Order: sequence, then structure tokens, then C-alpha cells
Amino acid sequence: MDGMALLTITVLSVFVGFEVVSKVSSTLHTPLMSGANAIHGIILVGAIIVAGQADDAWILAVALLAVVLATANLVGGFVVTDRMLEMFRGRKAPATAPGQNPTSGKEGGR
Amino acid sequence: MTLLDPTWTALLYLIAAVCFILALRGLASPRSARRGNLIGAAGALIAVITVFLSTQLDNIPWILAAMAIGSLIAAPVSRRVKMTQMPQLVAAFNGVGGGAAALVALLELPHNEDPWVRLAIVFTLVVGAVSFAGSAITFAKLQELMTTRPVLFPGLPVLMGLVLVLAVVGSWVTIATGSIGIAVALLGVGLVAGVLLVLPVGGADVPIVISLLNAFTGLAVAASGLVLGNVLLVVAGTLVGASGTILTRAMAAAMGRGVAGILFGAFRGGSTAGSTTQSERPVRSSSAEDVAVLLGYAQRVIVVPGYGLAVAQGQHTLVELVTALEARGIEVVYAIHPVAGRMPGHMNVLLAEANVPYESLKEMADVNPEFKLTDVALVVGANDVVNPAAKTSPGSPIYGMPILAVEDARQVVFLKRSMRPGFAGIENELLYEPQTTLLFGDAKDSLGKILAAVKAL
Repeated sequence: MDGMALLTITVLSVFVGFEVVSKVSSTLHTPLMSGANAIHGIILVGAIIVAGQADDAWILAVALLAVVLATANLVGGFVVTDRMLEMFRGRKAPATAPGQNPTSGKEGGR
Repeated sequence: MTLLDPTWTALLYLIAAVCFILALRGLASPRSARRGNLIGAAGALIAVITVFLSTQLDNIPWILAAMAIGSLIAAPVSRRVKMTQMPQLVAAFNGVGGGAAALVALLELPHNEDPWVRLAIVFTLVVGAVSFAGSAITFAKLQELMTTRPVLFPGLPVLMGLVLVLAVVGSWVTIATGSIGIAVALLGVGLVAGVLLVLPVGGADVPIVISLLNAFTGLAVAASGLVLGNVLLVVAGTLVGASGTILTRAMAAAMGRGVAGILFGAFRGGSTAGSTTQSERPVRSSSAEDVAVLLGYAQRVIVVPGYGLAVAQGQHTLVELVTALEARGIEVVYAIHPVAGRMPGHMNVLLAEANVPYESLKEMADVNPEFKLTDVALVVGANDVVNPAAKTSPGSPIYGMPILAVEDARQVVFLKRSMRPGFAGIENELLYEPQTTLLFGDAKDSLGKILAAVKAL
């Protein structure tokens, strides 16, 4: 793809990024940061390409390290974000008083 | 052999890019957030499958093995980590992403002659390395493996300047010669720069630095997309870079300070107010029974939950206590500071985990005028977010940060583990005020004792 097209896409992406995030409430700042974090794990695609073109053992080793790191970023990022967001799941105006909820503390993995 | 022709490849990458935009967009509201995140993950899956089907790749078994290792490290850690430790995990994942981008750029160097592409390569190299090393220091600070106070030493500004010069010269030589050796040295310079950038940042400001480094990693990924001619990396990286920048500024604004001030404030200020030594002044401490009497005969109580509560896993006991107080006809609300916890919005995540209903959480701007009309402000494991030093002491690292006005309440009760200062490393004058009572101990134990005493009233 030629340089001008890439530049166009880059500039448009900047505006989309600004636009999408500018209205987020502070309540969701932590999940948002984590979600954005997961998205840059897509560097995995680049890591796979360089690993797939490596013809020397050293280069392959470094590229595979990049694959491991990028996968950790991508997988971990989405899982952590999902776990955070799980907490915000539909708790609309409970009819009963808060607390003493037998289901509280159901969250596993602690 | 490749199964997908370039048109299909481009189309699938476009779909993945749209998924990422929808993911960020979904995070605008709690209702759509989780679905948004899953859409983002689906986009990532599409992209990874696409690269395998569209590119001539060798070493596929090795690559799959490396991906399995990465997943096997990340998934269980992400599943098991406590909500209180979420910020350091986010920092860690951000760092490895930056590291991956830097390594990809390093390996692309020998294949590229074009000086503009080489410029993108050295940019990724340096920014990725800064993000990696900076995130590592951030992780250490959040995990309290090292001091959370700003680390300054004589000669730091000089060293920083030197690193900057080395980075510029190294970049120039790398672009001119394409030398791998110089590029590796440049990577080292980036790592040192990352460490030096984050060391002087104090505990209270660390969350903002995570967000900033997140934006850096995004930019590094975008630049590596330019190098590889991969539109998806360009779009995804730029999205994260732009949204991370916005988020960083929003957080800094919520704390009443500028981003430059956070990064370089420690150089200018000289003073980082407060010291590690605790003062010997007397405080009024009291028993759980006394606190129960204060609470049980109040009309209005505001609870200020903090990180200490979450660490002690005392949320459920707190909710029980609040229920018991409400049963006595007392009006109770929770006051949430936007940066309570270790990250902006962190306390909301922690309380959501304990099933505290959203309706009883009040944001700072709404609740602050109510402290004047309140009999007891119960501060559980919070310190920095109620520290009046933010208003009164210009040298303080938290000066200018909006705080919860607990000092306006008729009585203030602090549940604290010890007199140790909070995450920002500064003393809280409020602890010595006449209307303040302290109850020392683990937040969960203390709350349990108060609960029992309230029931016995």
C-alpha cells in the first residue's frame, strides 16, 4: 500500500480514537485502559510475520520471544478486561436491601 | 502456499479493525462494555487466523508453540489475579506488548533500506523499549516491590539529557547505516530511558503513567504497522495511541494536574513534602464499641471506602454494617473518589465485585457538599483521597488533586492499619484534628467488631 493511503488511514484512526473515547465516564476508566491495552497486543500479527520469515536460529529465537510476549499481552489483556467487566453486570435497582446477598462472593479465582 | 488472496486478506483485517473500534466504543457504557470486549477479542482472533492463511510462513510449529506458551502464562494469571492487583497486571501486559513491538522492529531492520521506514523502525524500537522498562518500574511500584515515593538522585536530569542525546544520535546512525549492533544499543538506551522516566513519579500518579505508557505502546504498534505495511496494526495502534492520550489527559484532569507536571514535577518541586519518619504527635484512637456508638446514634453517615478496604477483603462486612445502620433508620451513602484504589475507577470495580448497588455510590462532586450535613464520615482504608494537603500544602505531591471533603463532617472516623502514610507517601493532617477518631487494625476485623457492637446497641 502506498504511503499516502497509509497516512490517510493513520490520521482518520486518530480521529476515531479521540471520538470513541472522549465520552467515557470515570467509572469505566480502568476497564477502558485495560481494553485498549489488550488491543495493542495485536502486534502479535507482526510478531508472527517476522517469526515466519526467520531463517536463522537467533532471529527465530528473538521473533518467538516477541510472539510469546505479544500473545501474553493479547490474551491476558482481553481476559483481564472481561473479568473486570463481569463485575459491572446488570445489577439494576435491587428490590431488597443491599448486602447479605447469598450469591455475593461467587466470583471465583480468588 | 497461501489460501487467501490479498483482497480477502485486506477485507478480513478491515473487519478486525472495525471489531476493535466497536470494542472501545462498547466500553463507553457499563451495559455494552462486556459485549464490546468480546467483539474485540473476536477481532483479534480473526486477525491471527488471517495472518496464518494469507502469509507465506515457515516455522509454523514453533510459532504455535510460542503462542501456546504466551497463552498459558497469561490466561491463568489473568483469571486468578485479585481485583486489587489489577493495575499492576495491566501495567505488566502493557510492558510485554511494548517489548514485542520493539523486537519486531529490530528484526525488520535488515530488510528495509528506505530511510522513512527505518525512521519508523527506530521509533518503534525506542518507544517500545521505553514502554517495556517504564511498565516494569510501574509494576514494581504498584506491587510495592520498591518505594512508591518519587525516586530522585543528584545528576538525574543530567543523565536524562545524556540518554536523550544518545537516543537521537543512535537513531540517526541506525537510520544511516542500518547496523544491527547500533540498533541493539539503541534498544538498551530506550530501556534506560524508560526506567529514568518512571522513577521520579510518585505513587499517587502511577496510574496516569500506566495510561501514558499504554498510549506509547499503541504508537509503537502503529509504527511497526507502517514498517510491515500492515493496515490493521496501523489502525489498532493508532486507536490505542489516540485513546490512551485522551484517557491520560482525562485522568490527569480528574486529579487536577498536567501530564508534564506528573512526569517532571519532581524535578521542579524539589520538595516532595512529607517524610518517611512518622511524627510523634498524639492521635485519638478508640475502641470498636465507641465507634459503634458514634455510628449508631448518627443521622447521616458517609462511608469513604479505599484501597485498604479492598486489600482486607472487607467489602462484604462493610455492606453488612451499612445494612445494620440503615435498619436503625440512619441514612448512609458511599463517597467514591475518582482515583480511589490504584487506578481511576478502580474502586468502582472493587465495590461492584462486592455487589454494592450502584445507586448508593456517589461521585465526588455530588457528595462533597453533603459532608457538612453529616454526623460521621467513616473512612475505611483510604488516606490520600481525603488528605487536605491537596488543598493546603503547595509542595505536596498531591497538591491540586480534588479530594473528598471529609474534614467538613462533624466527626471523622478512620479505620487504619497503622499510622503509615498512604500510597502517595505523605502524612494526613486530618488524623491529628480534634474531630478525628482512629480505630487501628485490619479493616475487615475492625468492621466486624463495629458490626457486632452496633447490633448490641
